[in-house]
Amino acid sequence: MQPVSDEVLIGRIAKGDRLAMQVLFARHHVRVYRFVLRLVRGEAMAEDLTSEVFLDVWRQAGKFEGRSAASTWMLSIARFKALSALRRKPEEELDDETAGTIADQSDDPESALAKKDKGAVLRQCLEALSAEHREIIDLVYYHEKSVEEVAGIVDIPEATVKTRMFYARKKLSELLKQRGIDRGWP
Amino acid sequence: MTAIGENERQEIEELLPWHAAGTLSRGVAQQVDAALARDPELARRYTLVREELGHTVQLNESLGVPSARIADKLFAKIDAEPARRPAGRGARIGDFLANLTPRTLAWSAAAAVVLILLQAGFIASFVLKNSTGEYQTASIPAALREEGTFALIRFEPRASAADITKFMETNKLRLVDGPRAGGLYRVRVAPTQLPQDELAALIKQLQGDSIVAFIGAAE
Repeated sequence: MQPVSDEVLIGRIAKGDRLAMQVLFARHHVRVYRFVLRLVRGEAMAEDLTSEVFLDVWRQAGKFEGRSAASTWMLSIARFKALSALRRKPEEELDDETAGTIADQSDDPESALAKKDKGAVLRQCLEALSAEHREIIDLVYYHEKSVEEVAGIVDIPEATVKTRMFYARKKLSELLKQRGIDRGWP
Repeated sequence: MTAIGENERQEIEELLPWHAAGTLSRGVAQQVDAALARDPELARRYTLVREELGHTVQLNESLGVPSARIADKLFAKIDAEPARRPAGRGARIGDFLANLTPRTLAWSAAAAVVLILLQAGFIASFVLKNSTGEYQTASIPAALREEGTFALIRFEPRASAADITKFMETNKLRLVDGPRAGGLYRVRVAPTQLPQDELAALIKQLQGDSIVAFIGAAE
């Protein structure tokens, strides 16, 4: 049998059903956390924001109209919270964290060894993309969101979703080329 | 086989990421498949997309899971929220389970919920403490946690079910989850946690099999 749908769970959450909230949380909190973590790049902050996302789900469940998938709705909330938190965060702190991430990738001896492995290089290049490009690649490839759903989450037209994804991939190829991997595209 | 025009190629190419993720409508997916069959260059570019997808999934899976603190914090806040609909504990649990599990399939539903909890890496179970709706957390027994070393794998489209079964048996792999986006499966490659070098060697060996299109370590 099919497990109870997210939409049914949200309906129950709207009526104050905490067990339904637990099931929804168990089902989605890891993906929401990873989505937020890729945006804010700090585990403690990602955990706090994920908790806030689900608190919003608890509070706003009655307003969920089911026009989009529940996971899409939650990712929209997560994105809004992550971007708001980033705006509040002092720039110096962000710079330090970003610099830390970059240093970790290049200075780590394991990383240097891994450069021989094309897959590891590809993942390093995925990490090195801009936040905007990382976000769209994650939404499409990892969170399995359609063009329409990405447009809803990121709040851009569908045509822009396609072109942004195209340019994110193009940038990825450029980064790979800089590291000696020519994919023959674009 | 005739290659398609540049304009059509560009339109189709923009859709390839969604085609790989399986999120296009059936009609559009068929158009993309037809174009891929006609245009070898487009098909080559599609392999790049599938490669990106595999590594994006792998990268995200490597991010780990949040700590139990997150659940504690959330449900403490929820407990502090005003109650919406006064209801007895028995009524709420009965209501929930009645909807969750039809009489004939109660066990499979329970198993599905347990699987969801485990797959999500969520290792806390919640126990309803009293009728006011407070919760306490407790760890799931260690025996119920998934142990071992895992990988994400995608098979070549031409691989038959018999090929895959033989490959899985020969290499003592166990299917844990899937298919995910892009036809990826999560498999257990060893019942214990392998050291990094052993895992790398094993992945390399498995990658050498002709039916494996992609394989990478997973958490």
